Amino acid sequence: MATTANSKAKLPPSSPVRPNPGKASVGAIGWMRQNLFNSWFNTLLTLLIAVIVLRVVPGAVEWLIINASFGPSTSEECRVVALQDHGACWGSLWEKGRFILFGQFPYEDQWRAAIACLAITGAMIISGFRFMWRPRLIAVWAVALFLFFWMMGGGLGLPDVPTNFWNGLPLTLMLAVFGSICSFPIAVLVALGRRSSLPFIKVFCVLYVELIRGVPLITVLFMASFMFPLFLPEGVSINNLLRAQIGIILFTAAYLAEVVRGGLQAIPKGQYEAADALGLGYWKKMMLIILPQALKICIPPIVNSIISMFKDTSLVLIIGLFDILALAKASHQDPPWALYFGEFYIFVALIYFCYCFSMSKYSQWLERKLNRGNKH
Amino acid sequence: MAGKTSQSEGASRTVSDVLHNETFRAILAQVILVGAVVLAAWYLVSNTLDNLAARQISTGFGYLTKNAGFEISDKFISVSAANSYGRALLAGLVNTLVVSLISIVLASLFGTIVGISRLSKNWLVAKLALTYVEGVRNIPLLLQLIFWWKVITAIAPQPRDALQILPEVFFSNRGLNFPLMSPDPVWGWVWLGLLVGIIGAVFIWRWANKVQARTGKRPGSIPLYLASIIGVPVLVWLVGGAPTGVDAPVLGRFSLTGGGSVSTALLAMIVGLTFYTSTFIAEIVRSGIQAVSHGQTEAGDALGLSRRQVLRLVVLPQALRVIIPPMTSQYLNITKNSSLGVAIGYQEIASITNTTLNQTGQAIEAIALMMVVYLSVSLTLSLLMNWYNHQIKLVER
Repeated sequence: MATTANSKAKLPPSSPVRPNPGKASVGAIGWMRQNLFNSWFNTLLTLLIAVIVLRVVPGAVEWLIINASFGPSTSEECRVVALQDHGACWGSLWEKGRFILFGQFPYEDQWRAAIACLAITGAMIISGFRFMWRPRLIAVWAVALFLFFWMMGGGLGLPDVPTNFWNGLPLTLMLAVFGSICSFPIAVLVALGRRSSLPFIKVFCVLYVELIRGVPLITVLFMASFMFPLFLPEGVSINNLLRAQIGIILFTAAYLAEVVRGGLQAIPKGQYEAADALGLGYWKKMMLIILPQALKICIPPIVNSIISMFKDTSLVLIIGLFDILALAKASHQDPPWALYFGEFYIFVALIYFCYCFSMSKYSQWLERKLNRGNKH
Repeated sequence: MAGKTSQSEGASRTVSDVLHNETFRAILAQVILVGAVVLAAWYLVSNTLDNLAARQISTGFGYLTKNAGFEISDKFISVSAANSYGRALLAGLVNTLVVSLISIVLASLFGTIVGISRLSKNWLVAKLALTYVEGVRNIPLLLQLIFWWKVITAIAPQPRDALQILPEVFFSNRGLNFPLMSPDPVWGWVWLGLLVGIIGAVFIWRWANKVQARTGKRPGSIPLYLASIIGVPVLVWLVGGAPTGVDAPVLGRFSLTGGGSVSTALLAMIVGLTFYTSTFIAEIVRSGIQAVSHGQTEAGDALGLSRRQVLRLVVLPQALRVIIPPMTSQYLNITKNSSLGVAIGYQEIASITNTTLNQTGQAIEAIALMMVVYLSVSLTLSLLMNWYNHQIKLVER
């Protein structure tokens, strides 16, 4: 519909004679003519895709909805649904969904893990509003993180929960949130270092960034899980969770540093010279003049880096941590539930999709918004 | 300022001068950094040596020559459990390269199709492509790989009920079995002939460019290139005695023997990597095409070029300049993401490293070797792509 409206709007309003659009160019038929059958090639393409869609979609809908069961069900009931009705057994999620979300967190206390997730997610949403981009945002995150650790770890009247029970969604969110918060200052320093005129500092930063960007995250995680313990003096051990977190932070920092460097390069030389002319020292020049402008430009690509890091947290499965993906895998490795891996993975995929898709839409929206601001 | 300083303040003034001197500060900052790095390195190394001594783990790369003792299911070079860790690592590297190369080709083709579809005037095509891109790229690759692997192993039949999808091509839970030509030294020469043929085609293309620049007419045509690329190896094959022996897979009771095979893990890797990366490539291709202004197309039309010529001579060369750099990083991503094979049992380099360090305990050497391998692969690939990028760069007068 939109296209027909657009083509009408293109006519100058003062045009004395408005051509009378024929029946064939308005309404549903007109829209289809313009958008689906405007050439022989497109007609062919439309028909081809229609055939494919009509063959695939009904089967998928039957499995997903029509033949599926939704109520809580035991593994025997699910077996009937899966093998006789050929449908999805969403009831398996009543049994396993909580396990996928919270893993081995003590069952009666899982409301705490839920509140911890809500706190982090809430803080993420609040950070999206531009009027919150003030110092008060730090307060919001301080409260959210305090709530997170209080709920997850216990204390202040709540029973303690050791970190090896911090599984599932809280783990995924924690890795992602600390991965971005902690890597950011490192990234800014490394980006500044890479543009520095001091040779040793520059070489150090270039080496760090290129070394990390040249290898896959899994090597960094292997390093964190197998080599970190060797680095520490005898008797000092470091928690598995913290090791993975440090690995993710170091990895993300290298990618973020390149994003920030891009922002720094986009600032015209005149800004640097103006700051020099005011007699500002290096740090004042950077903190007051250059970085505020550079970081503003690179917020959308920073969000994109955060999205890919959010997805990458799933790799901790390989070094034996239980995030939501690892828990979904563990769920279908439980023999009675072996048939329902599709349901479990779709559930986990939807969780990732909700977070990543909304962040990517947000970053696109922000990019348009910030660009519009620049034009004035 | 200088006038206000009195003689008595002279000494402290020089100290403060030195402290505020830019060169001095630059040197100080670097000395501090280098010192910190050296100290940290020394601390870590001494701790590590202590720990290794305490755990009685030997150091050095001697383990590479020891017997590995594990089988590799996808092998493109001959390797078995009797071979050394070094050989297993080499096989892993080949597996990494194979899966990356196949996925790069497939993802580029598929991604380009999806990217062009995103711009299609056909509403159905454009929306379908958009849904595909948004749906697939927002889900972690690891999840997709594990999912495809589960799906493939779940639908694959036992070897004795293997599905014959093409003549002599079988699909079962052991993977895909297909016929190969029986080994014969002639085949090595045929591959060499193919290489010579391709190089010959490149020379013909360059010669044609030169002649076109001089006379305005382009000699040579597609048959000439085909003659070079196909003709040379066929000739070598004929001269070599034209061996036609085929080694086809034979359906046994419990397994398929003979012929070539790829495992279900490799199939899942290819499917997962191709789908995931094609969404990113689609977006790169779309923005590349959109970056060429419409005026260029109109200018091409005004010159009387046909639609195909406009696309080939005007739009594509300009779009490629925008597309190549981000495409390079996607190819690097495929290579690095192939390390996720460790999660589904595809024995590429990360997976072999994992097995090696679990068996020998020599974590530092194994991980360092893996990093060196990935760094060199990344570096080679980016050098190649930079060379190509340089070839198609805008020549400014």
